[in-house]
Amino acid sequence: MKMMAVDQGKAFPGTPRTLRRGHIRIEDAVKIYGPQNGGILAVDHCTFDVPAGEITVVVGPSGCGKTTLLNAIAGFHSLSAGAIYLDEEVLCGPGRLKAEPGPDRIVVFQNGALFPWKTNIDNVTFGPIMQGTMTPAQAYEKARHMMADAGLRGVENNYPGEISSGVRRRVEIVRALMNDPKILLLDEPYRALDSLTKSVMHEALLDIFYRTRVTVFFITHDLEEAIFLGHRVIIMTTRPCRPKKVLDIDIPHPRDYSALTTKRFRELMDETAMAVHEEAIKAFEAGEMER
Amino acid sequence: MVRIKATALSAATFITGEEFWRGCVAIVCFLLFWQIGSRSVDWLGFAVPAVSQIPPPTAVSHQLYVLIQEPSFWYSGYLSSVRVFEGFAAAMVIGIPLGLAMAVSRIFFGIAFPVFEVLRPIPPLAWVPASIIFWPTQELSIAFVTFLGAFFTIVINVIGGAQAIDIRYFQAARSMGSSNWDIFRRIILPGTLPSIVVGATVGVGITWAVVVAAEMISGGGSAGSMGGAAGGGLGFFIWNSYVGGSYTQIVAGMITIGIAGYISSALLRKVGDWLTPWLAEP
Repeated sequence: MKMMAVDQGKAFPGTPRTLRRGHIRIEDAVKIYGPQNGGILAVDHCTFDVPAGEITVVVGPSGCGKTTLLNAIAGFHSLSAGAIYLDEEVLCGPGRLKAEPGPDRIVVFQNGALFPWKTNIDNVTFGPIMQGTMTPAQAYEKARHMMADAGLRGVENNYPGEISSGVRRRVEIVRALMNDPKILLLDEPYRALDSLTKSVMHEALLDIFYRTRVTVFFITHDLEEAIFLGHRVIIMTTRPCRPKKVLDIDIPHPRDYSALTTKRFRELMDETAMAVHEEAIKAFEAGEMER
Repeated sequence: MVRIKATALSAATFITGEEFWRGCVAIVCFLLFWQIGSRSVDWLGFAVPAVSQIPPPTAVSHQLYVLIQEPSFWYSGYLSSVRVFEGFAAAMVIGIPLGLAMAVSRIFFGIAFPVFEVLRPIPPLAWVPASIIFWPTQELSIAFVTFLGAFFTIVINVIGGAQAIDIRYFQAARSMGSSNWDIFRRIILPGTLPSIVVGATVGVGITWAVVVAAEMISGGGSAGSMGGAAGGGLGFFIWNSYVGGSYTQIVAGMITIGIAGYISSALLRKVGDWLTPWLAEP
């Protein structure tokens, strides 16, 4: 354990990083589904930054194309034009429009993607064992520690199907962190949860963030969630998606749920609610027209 | 589902359970109905349709008692079991890799699936005359027809199961550095396993149905011409009983097949539960 902490500067989650990493820069990203001419324009010349060591939340109506951007960063889909950089290195760009998926960018999926046939701890150790960065013994040792830190003691040997969806989501975040990613990509991870569980999950995510300072790219359609979690909130237009409004949230970190009742929080909500609502109406009307 | 749950319970809780007693009452009522129905001419003065033609359970159970003391009856059961096992094992050994290959490779799927889909609707029994012609021995032709009974069900389940695996599992595995082989071994195989178990459980039931019919058609004929126990099997036993006019033997043979089929399915479910522990109900 001690050896690993000094090992080639690989930060141990749980120890604050001195070197911030995970800066994503999206430049003029375009995504057209179907033929280049006459296909569906999902992302329209999108340009923004995800600063390293911060939580950036992208808010937009359902189906606006925000998941398309996340998939392009993760390397699951290609862009049609434009480029994405991770810490100033090209992930995808002209000549290579599809990034390679890699353990430096781990996605936590909308409905969760823990492997149901593996126990929770086998899920958590999957990444390092696959990559060969740890021996199985080291991986299990670290997994037990990280699960304990995340309040997951006692469910290590359960299957994901045996635990509640909130706990599953926490296991999945721990599984992601085991890969020591530069950036966590969260695609509406709490969408299917009830609001009480959601509030607990938000604080748990912030807790993990404060301990690891991992860069977070978070997608949601829930404005309250966005303002509560984010250092920076990017409001997207409806399809084709492009930043409509970028907001730096000046509520001090560390935050807890009392932040929701502060005056500043309400002001920020009021300031942005109209912008989000406009896009929601546009998205709704576009949906009506397609019928 | 109910039965799967029941086998998972320990025997003690099973017997004290409501489920068990409900089952017992149902079987007793069924036997009573059968007994009264088959004796209806004597006891009630009129004939209950169909049931009155069947020997009563008392006579059948006596017949069974006599039969289980005869080695030739056990031998018939043994012959059928071996054919079921051979056909079923061959179907698993060939069907699972074939189904996986079709699920994994789009090119192979494009080549193999159309042929497969043309052959699949042909009932296994329609293969009996053809397989008698092109297999050198009677035994092989019966085993082949048995194989077909399970084969198509297993393959179609494997393809369906593998194709239904959530794409996010592949994406997650890919992100975490899995190679193609890792993805096959750690995602596709376990992801398909529940469908393989379902295909096998359904397939073994079809196998029993097919083996008996194949024995009636082909095995019976050969035993007739060659004499002795050649051919044989429970299907032949039933057919022989019919020809010989022993109706209690017919029903006893039928019940034996029912029990054999039930045991095969129960065994496979047990193996399946053991292979897929994550599907156990909490």
